[in-house]
Amino acid sequence: MSEPVVEAVDLGKRFDSTEVLRGVSFTVSKGETLVVMGGSGAGKTVLLRLVAGLIRPDGGRLRVFGRNIEHLSEEELLPLRRRMGYVFQGAALFDSLSVRENVAYPLREHTNLGEAEITERVVRNLSLVGLSSEVLPLLPSELSGGMRKRVGIARALSVEPEMLLFDEPTGGLDPTNSKLVAELILQLRGGVCDTAIVVTHDVELAKTVGDRVAVLIDGRFGALGPVDAVLGGNDPAVQAFLAGAAR
Amino acid sequence: MEAYLRRTAVWYGGVGLLTGQVFRSLALPPKYFRLVVQEIEVMGVQSLGVALTAAIFTGMVFTIQSAVNMARFGAESYVGPLAALAILRELGPVLTAILVGGKVASGITAELGSMKVTEQIDALRTLGVNYIKRLVVPRVLAALVVFPLLTVLADAVGVLGGMAIMFVERGADVYAYWNVTTYWVVPKDFLTGIGKSVFFGVIVTLIGCYNGLNTQGGTEGLGRATTATVVHVTMGVIVSDFFLTKLFLTLFY
Ligand SMILES: Nc1ncnc2c1ncn2[C@@H]1O[C@H](COP(=O)(O)OP(=O)(O)O)[C@@H](O)[C@H]1O
Ligand SMILES: [Mg+2]
Repeated sequence: MSEPVVEAVDLGKRFDSTEVLRGVSFTVSKGETLVVMGGSGAGKTVLLRLVAGLIRPDGGRLRVFGRNIEHLSEEELLPLRRRMGYVFQGAALFDSLSVRENVAYPLREHTNLGEAEITERVVRNLSLVGLSSEVLPLLPSELSGGMRKRVGIARALSVEPEMLLFDEPTGGLDPTNSKLVAELILQLRGGVCDTAIVVTHDVELAKTVGDRVAVLIDGRFGALGPVDAVLGGNDPAVQAFLAGAAR
Repeated sequence: MEAYLRRTAVWYGGVGLLTGQVFRSLALPPKYFRLVVQEIEVMGVQSLGVALTAAIFTGMVFTIQSAVNMARFGAESYVGPLAALAILRELGPVLTAILVGGKVASGITAELGSMKVTEQIDALRTLGVNYIKRLVVPRVLAALVVFPLLTVLADAVGVLGGMAIMFVERGADVYAYWNVTTYWVVPKDFLTGIGKSVFFGVIVTLIGCYNGLNTQGGTEGLGRATTATVVHVTMGVIVSDFFLTKLFLTLFY
């Protein structure tokens, strides 16, 4: 079997006096989607930021694309980050740039493609997330929440990632838009990028897109396994979380 | 108290680290030169009016005050060089750095700070962009051009303003005034002032960038960071001016 894309062993992370993660271990294999669930403030975003090398773990080991990243410098991390696409909870679009320039950003930054080629790729990535070229000239402030999320995904696709990291992709969306985004993630997985970590407290999303699911409780994975087994199991802590999330 | 000392130490350490990172990242890719030019425009246009207005009024006030008071001990004929020395060595570079610096640096803090709190900085990082090269280095390089340039203009306007007020208010002979001034003022006087302005431009910009990149706590934090920048810039210029003056007096006298 090939080496896992992400391999975390006993990851720990604290901020001042609060210990957010205390020993999280998991692997993500090529072609797999791992869903990480947990209540608000459980440390889901922190975990995703660790994987992208945006913050450093205090303890444990973290291998991404076969490299130990916990001690890499910012400069050394840049090429690794270009192999993953990070979709932020609030989209984090560049608010002074149009949709076109947001999606084109990585292309302008890292390639010498001509204007025609850039436009073609931008339009293609937007169509992958279900947006037409009418949005090209709009500014992020002129978009709805759901559209902003989609543009965020399209921008992440511009680096041609081998793995996508989603932070609450359905957070703040109405049920219809949530469903559309869930379907979109499923579609991407069958096409442009087959490996993903999805962080969410949305049970429906977990069921739709996950191969395996982990539930983050008290800084550890209270459960980790196939979606049906974990969500349908009888671990009391997981059931308590699900009961809370369903409300 | 302990928390305050710790925060202060963290701040100095952080600015120091950022300075180190900037010096290691000076080699910009050619496509970033456009950013430097853009920053020069933004900084220059933003500040030209403020810098020159402050310079002309300060030049006039300093000169007329000196004239009136030096007349009391019969030294009014030396007002020209005295005012020019004060303006070239201190007032020009320091006032420009404080006014332009406060404006430019708080603008930088606001811009980078809002990028920070909306995760746009992290977005750059995840896209594989070196945010120091993209956001900080072009601004520092622009400051290296803008601050000395504005200081030269402020010097000129200040000295000429002083001369004009002497002519209008005290009936000074412009030729004599100019001759005695240029007799006593040497290039070193002008150049140490410009040297200071280069240094001020760099630290002021670094302060603005550091405070922006380390903004925390949403919109409220953004306001706090911007205000802090104005204070840090003012204090930074005033205090470092003392040490630079000592240094230059030791080196060049
Ligand atoms: N940069 C930071 N500084 C201090 N505390 C942080 C930081 N980032 C996250 N935290 C804390 O870590 C905990 C987990 O945060 P997060 O991962 O964002 O939760 P969530 O599971 O809702 O995404 C929270 O208590 C948060 O306050
Ligand atoms: Mg979160």
